Amino acid sequence: MRVTQGTFSFLPDFTDQQIHEQVQYCIDNGWAVSIEYTDDPHPRNTYWEMWGHPMFDNPDAAAVVYELNECRKVYGSYYIRIIAFDSSPGWESIRLSFIVNRPSEEPGFKLSRTEVKGRNIQYSITPYSSDKPQGSRYK
Amino acid sequence: MPDGDKKLDAKARYSAGVLEYKKMGYWEPDYLPKDTDVIALFRITPQDGVDPIEAAAAVAGESSTATWTVVWTDRLTACEKYRAKAYRVDPTPNNPNEYFAYIAYELDLFEPGSIANLTASIIGNVFGFKPLKALRLEDMRLPVAYVKTFQGPATGIVVERERLNCYGRPLLGATVKPKLGLSGRNYGRVVYEALKGGLDFTKDDENINSQPFMHWRDRFLYCMEAVNRASAATGEVKGTYLNVTAGTMEEMYKRAEFAKELGSVIIMIDLVIGYTAIQSMAKWARDNDMILHLHRAGHGTYTRQKSHGVSFRVIAKWMRLAGVDHIHAGTVVGKLEGDPATTKGYYDICREEQNSVSLETGVFFDQDWASLNKVMPVASGGIHAGQMHQLIHYLGEDVVLQFGGGTIGHPQGIAAGATANRVALEAMVYARNAGRDYLAEGPTILAEAAKTCTPLREALDIWKDVTFDYASTDAPDFVPTTSVS
Repeated sequence: MRVTQGTFSFLPDFTDQQIHEQVQYCIDNGWAVSIEYTDDPHPRNTYWEMWGHPMFDNPDAAAVVYELNECRKVYGSYYIRIIAFDSSPGWESIRLSFIVNRPSEEPGFKLSRTEVKGRNIQYSITPYSSDKPQGSRYK
Repeated sequence: MPDGDKKLDAKARYSAGVLEYKKMGYWEPDYLPKDTDVIALFRITPQDGVDPIEAAAAVAGESSTATWTVVWTDRLTACEKYRAKAYRVDPTPNNPNEYFAYIAYELDLFEPGSIANLTASIIGNVFGFKPLKALRLEDMRLPVAYVKTFQGPATGIVVERERLNCYGRPLLGATVKPKLGLSGRNYGRVVYEALKGGLDFTKDDENINSQPFMHWRDRFLYCMEAVNRASAATGEVKGTYLNVTAGTMEEMYKRAEFAKELGSVIIMIDLVIGYTAIQSMAKWARDNDMILHLHRAGHGTYTRQKSHGVSFRVIAKWMRLAGVDHIHAGTVVGKLEGDPATTKGYYDICREEQNSVSLETGVFFDQDWASLNKVMPVASGGIHAGQMHQLIHYLGEDVVLQFGGGTIGHPQGIAAGATANRVALEAMVYARNAGRDYLAEGPTILAEAAKTCTPLREALDIWKDVTFDYASTDAPDFVPTTSVS
């Protein structure tokens, strides 16, 4: 399966040139761009690991693409996403978030059901990969 | 001012009998509205021979303190303060029988935090008043002091996005069809296919409550099976608007509690449940971390005709105060009423921190929303993937685009229909961000995306000629003109 979180997961994977275009759009809007990675793609895993701080005063998307490739050297088998953060009053949150790197194989998620009273079912979703310890999930 | 329009001294004013409203103090052309006043703008159509100023004064009177005759008991009150004041009457640009009447209301006329109380005055008895042929509430200015007495949207656009982990693009939804008759089991199938295919949300229709063919509890259980299956299949947070509309508050709370117990991220209500019920559900939603979707069922009965009723922009303002997170606000290009400029006005009311006067979009007042959360507008009704460039152009990014027929009617099936919509959406946002003139190049951008997505190709082929091009019944009165320089 393909994890389809993020703004562009239904499009073919982006080239570095395409990533550059989207990042420059964010920068031109005044948003701080950052890179995050994880080997736990659970839909409610909010806090992916940060590859450094958000690049607050960076005017050039090339610097982000450079950092992305540095991150890929270390975490090339992980999910990596680009996030743009808008500090404007009334927003102060993420404006764009898209996956730019993913494992070569994505085993997907296990859905567990626990039947409780009144035909109610309690669901939980677990990435198959998270059976293994952190750091050894995708090779 | 003609002598007949002047205010009288106290003795003449309060002697028993019948007096014109404008002489009773409901017409004050020199009045300067206070920052704390509620201001209402009415479109009035006086009966033949009725002076528009008297008609405006009568509206001010009947929507505040007046009755048809002089009453001495006025003098036991600070009546000057409590009288609403018509202070400006303008002819409308396009109809000699209609006038715009501006009326200011003292803040103390209203109970804090109660839409029911506000509307009982502003759209109460006055709408049946005989000297008027027709009356329409066009817009309102709500003072910050009053706005702050309301909770506002339970969740708001920003937190909704954070909770759904979905940024940078409109959300995608679909209403399950046929809207009536599916069993719970079959209904859940549609939800599963649509969410798995790429939608963020599916939606109960306004009249899906608890009928013989499908009782509410069954629907909730099957829908949540579908939501969780789709979430596991995609790694995304998914939701389905479980409609909790019912005959009593007790029943609505019961259904909402069950939706919460099942882990739903969102519930829905219909406008026809009434303002107080909406405020109660908004409070419940805030207390329970639930997104609250409002379907504007019934609004067309009073919002659509230009001469009489309440403009939807006013309903949108009331609903932002009342505290819903989603509201259907028009599509521009779809099958339901919606002039582009007027619709933009509605969207601005839902989403901006402050509205500025914009006559060309029908917004007559500056409005400060005082940090109340923003409402996510929902575009639904006769829209399809082939219109994606127009939808993004007119409606922007913070909107739910709902393709019901445009998902479920896809020749390759529901999941394929959902995928077509999602690919079209992402391709268009991508092109916009990359700096392309996506409105002009829309069809080309979609055709390019369809090269790697057969479902999109099929959607574009089957719906390419579908448009709903009819004259609008509710267009703005003022059109910007180009000045020659």
